[in-house]
Amino acid sequence: MGAMLAIWRREFRSYFNSPVAYFVITVFLALVGIMFFVPFFAQDRVSMRSFFSLVPFLFVFFAPAITMRLIAEERRSGTLELLITMPVRDVDVILGKYAAALSLLVVALLLTVPYAITISFFGSLDWGPVLGGYLGLLFMGAAFIAIGLMTSSWNENQIVAFIVALFISMLFLMVDRFIVFLPNSLAPWAEYLSFTSHFSNAARGMMDSRDVIFYLSFVLLCLFLAFRSLESRRWR
Amino acid sequence: MSSNELMIEVKDLTKSYGPIRALDGVSFEVRRGEVLGFLGPNGAGKTTTMKILTCFIAPTEGQVIVGGMDIYKNPLEIRRNVGYLPENAPLYPDMLVSEYLDFVGVIRGMSRADRKVAADRVIGQCGLDEVVYQEIRTLSKGFRQRAGLAQAMLHNPQILILDEPTSGLDPNQIAEIRGLIKGIGKEHTVILSTHHLAEVQATAGRVVIINKGKRVADGTPRELEQQRGGAVYEVVLLKPADETDEIPAVFKQIDGVDAVEKIEAADDELAFVVTGQADKDVRSDIFRAAVDKGWVLLGLVRKQVDLEEIFRGLTVVDTGKGVE
Repeated sequence: MGAMLAIWRREFRSYFNSPVAYFVITVFLALVGIMFFVPFFAQDRVSMRSFFSLVPFLFVFFAPAITMRLIAEERRSGTLELLITMPVRDVDVILGKYAAALSLLVVALLLTVPYAITISFFGSLDWGPVLGGYLGLLFMGAAFIAIGLMTSSWNENQIVAFIVALFISMLFLMVDRFIVFLPNSLAPWAEYLSFTSHFSNAARGMMDSRDVIFYLSFVLLCLFLAFRSLESRRWR
Repeated sequence: MSSNELMIEVKDLTKSYGPIRALDGVSFEVRRGEVLGFLGPNGAGKTTTMKILTCFIAPTEGQVIVGGMDIYKNPLEIRRNVGYLPENAPLYPDMLVSEYLDFVGVIRGMSRADRKVAADRVIGQCGLDEVVYQEIRTLSKGFRQRAGLAQAMLHNPQILILDEPTSGLDPNQIAEIRGLIKGIGKEHTVILSTHHLAEVQATAGRVVIINKGKRVADGTPRELEQQRGGAVYEVVLLKPADETDEIPAVFKQIDGVDAVEKIEAADDELAFVVTGQADKDVRSDIFRAAVDKGWVLLGLVRKQVDLEEIFRGLTVVDTGKGVE
């Protein structure tokens, strides 16, 4: 436990020791701000709906950007070897790093709360769906971070990790849109695996336990695969 | 605990990467308080061996016992007992030296108070005082290597495994690190790999030479010297007025001398390389022989074991080049 916390702290601080965190968060907030507020003033409703449909697409880029480095860079520079030859379990390494990236994502999300507060001055904002939406974004972000950590564990090239994570994330976010192209037997699967369909309940203010279970098992699967690829060095 | 307790036991170690055999049946042992120099050309399998000893990768075959524990059964325990400095000292560039040492202490499960004491100790031992609050990325290669060493020694491990601890350093830094290792070697068991032979002579009590994944030699420098043809002396005489071919013949007659060879020397000097049995020092005999003949002896030294030659002999043979 101590080792996991130490890794979490180290990784989280390391985001702020380099320009990564500042840059990524600034770009994220700026894009969200522009894409949300510009159309907002053109409509007559006070609602965060467009915000919640917008952020998942930014997450698809944002999450891989903060996860690509996590394991790939350590593998490349050799620090992973030193870390792993200390009395630390692989699972501590994975969970510590995962928690660090997730924390950064939470920071970015919290920094968008002022947007909601701002628009609440323009009319009556229904906070139920807003809270639900944030919860939904948190779970979806957790899944994206897990994907990114997994691809970062696969090789030592950050760029490859980024692109593969981007691709997988995009696939899971939008797979329900391809239903028309899929055979009928696959359609329910596409519907079930799509992050968007699991998000829609949350955005309406009702987080369903089935969605929570879906995201949690998705995250666990990705972390397990990352764990296996850390372990696999032993048999190479 | 006895002083010659076995700390590392490697038997028939084999590691294959696909069709490539990085290690092919290597066996050796290291005892408590021993400094073992692990020697071999680049790509011989030194780093692979160290990665196996530190439980970073698993061997394909063979038995490895580190500190009395099997690498398959107690990898976590072994990691607790071992300090490891991988090649090029990979450290987190964005951390301060002090932060890094503290991080390692936490990972190693040390309490806050223990971490402080241990960090102060290794900072002193490794001469890091002036860079404690510097980011690791700004350190010179020498300081980075020392920080790596400090990290490996933080938990005062019984066994230290150092992969090329002096590669890429300038001569002053090399001397410092060697001195450091020699000091550590008095209390700990140390394995260090290198392809610099001088390093082994300066620090290690015993040498294992591996080449192409196989062990080709194992012993103290003295023992290796014996295996490779004995002691070597350099004899310099003032050139006598009447130079004769008698001189080599006279030295050759001395008991324990195997060969005498004339080598290049200054104009008014004569120089010979005398080879003899390693267990017998013939310097006094050479001196007496020279005095008897009235030759003026300008120099007489028993040369340090020429590991360089031994090494080249052992590792270059199969290519058919580099052997005299």
